[in-house]
Amino acid sequence: MKKIYTIVIFTENKIGLLNRVTSLFTQRHINIESLTTSESEYEGIHRFTVVIEEEKERTLKIVRQIEKQVEVLKAFCFADDEVVSSEIALYKIKVDESTDREALQSVISQHQAHFKEQIEDFIIIEKTGLKLETHKLFKALQPYGIQGFVRSGRVALSKTISTFSKHLKDLEEHSKEIISVNQ
Amino acid sequence: MEALAISKNIEKQLKTLTGAEAVIQSLIEEGTEILFGYPGGAIMPIYDALYKHQDELKHVLTRHEQGAIHAAQGFARVSDKPGVVFATSGPGATNLITGLADAKIDSTPLVCITGQVQSSLLGTDAFQETDVISLSMPVTKWNYQVTKAEEIPAAIAKAFYIAKSGRPGPVLIDITKDAQFASLEYSYRKCEGFRSYNPSPAIDINKIEEAAELINKAKKPYILFGQGVILSKAEKEFRSFVEKTGIPAAWTLLGLSALPTDHPLNVGMLGMHGNYGPNKLTNECDVLIAVGMRFDDRVTGNLSRYARQAKVIHLEIDPAEINKNVHADVPVLGDARKSLSLLMEYCHANEHTEWLERFETLNRLEYNKVIQDELHPEQEGLTMGEVIRRVNELTDGDAIVVTDVGQHQMVACRYARFKQPKSNITSGGLGTMGFCLPAALGAKLGAPEREVVGIIGDGGFQMTLQELGTVFQTQAAVKIIILNNQFLGMVRQWQQLFFDKRYSSTELVNPDFVSITKGFGIEASSVSERENLDGALKAMFDHNGPYLLEVNVEKECNVFPMVPSGASVDEIRLE
Repeated sequence: MKKIYTIVIFTENKIGLLNRVTSLFTQRHINIESLTTSESEYEGIHRFTVVIEEEKERTLKIVRQIEKQVEVLKAFCFADDEVVSSEIALYKIKVDESTDREALQSVISQHQAHFKEQIEDFIIIEKTGLKLETHKLFKALQPYGIQGFVRSGRVALSKTISTFSKHLKDLEEHSKEIISVNQ
Repeated sequence: MEALAISKNIEKQLKTLTGAEAVIQSLIEEGTEILFGYPGGAIMPIYDALYKHQDELKHVLTRHEQGAIHAAQGFARVSDKPGVVFATSGPGATNLITGLADAKIDSTPLVCITGQVQSSLLGTDAFQETDVISLSMPVTKWNYQVTKAEEIPAAIAKAFYIAKSGRPGPVLIDITKDAQFASLEYSYRKCEGFRSYNPSPAIDINKIEEAAELINKAKKPYILFGQGVILSKAEKEFRSFVEKTGIPAAWTLLGLSALPTDHPLNVGMLGMHGNYGPNKLTNECDVLIAVGMRFDDRVTGNLSRYARQAKVIHLEIDPAEINKNVHADVPVLGDARKSLSLLMEYCHANEHTEWLERFETLNRLEYNKVIQDELHPEQEGLTMGEVIRRVNELTDGDAIVVTDVGQHQMVACRYARFKQPKSNITSGGLGTMGFCLPAALGAKLGAPEREVVGIIGDGGFQMTLQELGTVFQTQAAVKIIILNNQFLGMVRQWQQLFFDKRYSSTELVNPDFVSITKGFGIEASSVSERENLDGALKAMFDHNGPYLLEVNVEKECNVFPMVPSGASVDEIRLE
């Protein structure tokens, strides 16, 4: 059965590595639902967060293929209940004299969103949350006329203690060992 | 005195070179003596630097970049060194793609260096600019674009390290023209590892014990071996393991020659056109020991009915191969040589006489139904099998046999006899027609002391026949045999069996291969009659230098046995 999986990948910060990783999905005809990249908590190490809808076994297989790539340090795969995740959505709404600002304000408060900025006749609303929540706000704002909408990819942190720092230490120790053995 | 030595040492380590010179120096540092390539605009500075080093670094000018990369593959497969390739930007680089894909899927170590337009022109659609980094990404183990001269030594060091270590594979370094011209303070240090690459996972001794326990208890254990045995140089350990445990062992296409073909425990070939017993009994064994192989679909047939009764032990260096196609009850991650040495200590000496007899019985059946007619035909036309049989006899099983792709490949691999490892060179995973001629040339240059016989179909030969020019120029003494059936034989066989004999675009109207070859300045002859075959083969082997022999064989022979597409291995057909 297909489920949503969040794949978290720690990599060296190298040009083209994202391309190498995403081509593994393309080769297997797996659609990427969302993708974000950023620095991680470790200096010089990047974190890719990839969300896919796939069967567990195929997900585990692609995770092993990702991990095999040179310059990928580690890849983890999480089911939805194993991560705390979030997405940011921005909504552009046209406002003029006819806009019921009070009602709009109440929609924003109800959804725990906030005004980001007012630019001439538009306001930008920002909402952080799960896809379902940002979608609910989208529905609620539709009557006001949404002029622009964008949702970011998922960012996620696992609910368990990260094993990556130990893994990284092991990798660094191991590569030191290789060097000393060869010398 | 000591101070002088140190300062000399520093002088040696640090000198000002151009990027192009640094490329050549780095290759020499890595022990490269021969490389294959084709010059062009964006790689001219490197070729210019090569000019001064022709004595140390022999460059083989092929007639097409695809020829260069296949030659490098042939070279790498027979030697212990990565094949090195030069190509220019744009079409030069794109012409490498097939060879990269072939080397990736067959785990062949290659270091390819491509020239690139100068960095200020990147992304401008400049003359002969192509994004070879993106293009080659899925077909390389690693690739990297160099835009600064000072990156060159470290990039090449890393390239060699990655290509050779772990599960080997092709890497590509793309160097912009300005980086080739620019100067750097050159010093070279071989790469010895880095944190984001773990080529050789540590072996878990618990898994070795679990595997040994299964093996020691097994009544019908069965070994499948692949190229991993050859790549980890484990031929000796593997043979000792097989002999100690007395377990019958069958090979994948690329595992062929890792164990002598006449070894009493070598029961034959796996897969779609493999031997009868090895396929049938896959579904009867109780413990399956896979060594350095990846359960390719051509080996397993229908996965849902593949060895379901057996406990599977998988010795494999690449973690991504574990459980990819076949579930491993006991995965043993690590280098095959180390794993086999350890495993041997834990395994009891044993014999499996009755079980081995089962293979012999089934293989006798195959002999009577298929092999006898193929090797000793009574019909008028020549068979591919009898040609291979005579090659075996004339070379005494000591030759390197390079094959192309198709019927002749299956026949050659089924019937060729090998005493030594690294003797079977073929395009396995990718099935690249046109592989043989350049790969045979590369193999001969990689193992000049050995007889190299290329076996090619008439179709595949015409895909890269321009490399006859390279054979002539290098005078590499390859012996090429075209098994000419005037068909794209394997496709025709499938059309006959599965498409009601609709021979759609498989019949070839061929040129005169002998005249073509002679036109390239290479001796050649043709034979069609059985009584002349021996003389023709002997003349070829006796000839001092390269030689091409065209053997006109029966037009519509089929390769059997066969596991039809989608069928289970035990549904293998003898006719």
